[in-house]
Amino acid sequence: MFSKILIANRGEIALRIIRTCKEMNIKTVAVYSTADKESLHVRFADEAVCIGPPSSSESYLNIPNIIAAAEITNSDAIHPGYGFLAENANFSKICGENDIKFIGASPAMINGMGDKASAKETMKKAGVPTIPGSKGIIKDFEECKKLALKIGYPVMLKATAGGGGKGMRLVWKEENLEDSWDSARKESKAAFGNDGMYMEKFIEDPRHIEIQIIGDKTGKACHLSERDCSIQRRHQKLAEETPSPFMTPKLREEMGNAAIKAAEAVKYEGVGTVEFLVDKYRKFFFMEMNTRIQVEHPITEEVVDFDLIKEQIKVASGIKISGQNYLPQLHAIECRINAEDPSKDFRPCPGLITNFHAPGGHGIRIDTHVYSNYMIPPFYDSMIAKVITVAQTREEAISKMKRALDEFVIEGIKTTIPFHQKLMLSKAFIEGKYTTKFMDDFKM
Amino acid sequence: MDLNDIQELIKFVAKSGATEVDLEIDNIKISIKSPAKKRRGTQDEAPMVIHQDLTQVPAAITTLPPTIVNTANTEKNEIVEEKTDHLLTVKSSMIGTFYRGSSPETPPFVSVGDEINIGDTICIIEAMKLFNEIESEVSGKIVKILVDDSTPIEFDQPLFLVDPS
Repeated sequence: MFSKILIANRGEIALRIIRTCKEMNIKTVAVYSTADKESLHVRFADEAVCIGPPSSSESYLNIPNIIAAAEITNSDAIHPGYGFLAENANFSKICGENDIKFIGASPAMINGMGDKASAKETMKKAGVPTIPGSKGIIKDFEECKKLALKIGYPVMLKATAGGGGKGMRLVWKEENLEDSWDSARKESKAAFGNDGMYMEKFIEDPRHIEIQIIGDKTGKACHLSERDCSIQRRHQKLAEETPSPFMTPKLREEMGNAAIKAAEAVKYEGVGTVEFLVDKYRKFFFMEMNTRIQVEHPITEEVVDFDLIKEQIKVASGIKISGQNYLPQLHAIECRINAEDPSKDFRPCPGLITNFHAPGGHGIRIDTHVYSNYMIPPFYDSMIAKVITVAQTREEAISKMKRALDEFVIEGIKTTIPFHQKLMLSKAFIEGKYTTKFMDDFKM
Repeated sequence: MDLNDIQELIKFVAKSGATEVDLEIDNIKISIKSPAKKRRGTQDEAPMVIHQDLTQVPAAITTLPPTIVNTANTEKNEIVEEKTDHLLTVKSSMIGTFYRGSSPETPPFVSVGDEINIGDTICIIEAMKLFNEIESEVSGKIVKILVDDSTPIEFDQPLFLVDPS
């Protein structure tokens, strides 16, 4: 087992990892930019090293500084959290070269799953259902046109190096294809330096349902059931729940097995998530695989009763998994609280939190790094807290979330708490009848 | 002075915050160096006793506190509150291990009182097996060296106080 882990991250996830390390009697090293000097993760770690000025590229993304910090503190492992360097193959490689265990995926795995076009081919070969589409990158417009006819409109053009919705075009009719082909390639080249495109059938009104998996060094993988993350705005998740209101035991078994196939096909080691799109006929298609711990991991933890960070650390240290799959025993919902004004198009509102009181009580969990008189720096993402409720039924979980949100006091800045309060009252959400289209029609 | 007294003395030194203490009692010379505390949250490390000369153990322990020569602060014996407003602080732009010279045998690049110019090498910071010579971005006189040789340092850590006048 590791004796000292450096957490290469900040905010709530850094604190989350520190908590588990403490429970496992592993020493912790926090790294921080000068803007995060007063951050909770810095205070609760055993040691802390300042690694740069406020800008992410010079601090949390600064590989040499982070490795140097691991060196001077004699850390034997680095946990990258999510975001930042969590899926940076180069960082994973450099850790290995410096004899530091990277608690995440290997460089090969990150590269394999990071390249969307080749990830899809890998999944196809493994027998995982994929969205009908091109075989890898499209050669030219002629091929593009033929393919679209074969798949059937509407089609989605996607950048292979893409992310965050860039380099994507939805095409409903053949007459719009050439324009979209040209502009998508241009946008992709500008954003990622790579204009390779692939095509997929556009699934109308899909649900985004992902499966949590864990794999060990022997190449064995198992799943910990699903999370429904369909409530998204501009491809950013706002709220998640498990079990999915759209799930059936049969679908869970099929998707779970597909996810295990995906993980074992690449001999995946560590915790990961296989994301699927599910259409209204309950047909599911591989979307992508995330080779890291996810923001919404707490809802899985609450319904299967496992500490996923602990399992992640155990697997990284060579301990084998049980081989069992885990089904949800309870119902959990997570609401991501961001420092944004939902009535002003979710505009970010960093600033001083003058008053902070977190809700409590049975079935309430708050993962946060903020506190009264904490100054939210403007340099990083806007998420400041996650509210997680867990109960025996979905109805009770919603009721708890309503109560918790009403009790949650954050003054001095605007937050998305009012949005979530409205979400918990929305008919579509209460009935569990929502897809990724939900936010398109939602009005504050 | 017996082992217990020495242990009590070590604890006293650690608590006092002094970084270096030389002690002479009767025929005994003791020198204690306390590593500077660099990072928040670091456990208090016991200062290292690096030099001990026991020529004769006296029969009785004196009740008077021994004279402690504190060499950590200024050249004078009294603790002077220095006016540092006009001084420039040279801070680290890297993380690694700070070295005052290029090797333990060679003299340090700079010492207190030296005049330095922009571009002069003032120290080495070692990280990832690479020794980086750090050049000064200011010119002036070295007033104080804030870090001991061979200690780990972090980003933005103050290293030198320089008088630019």
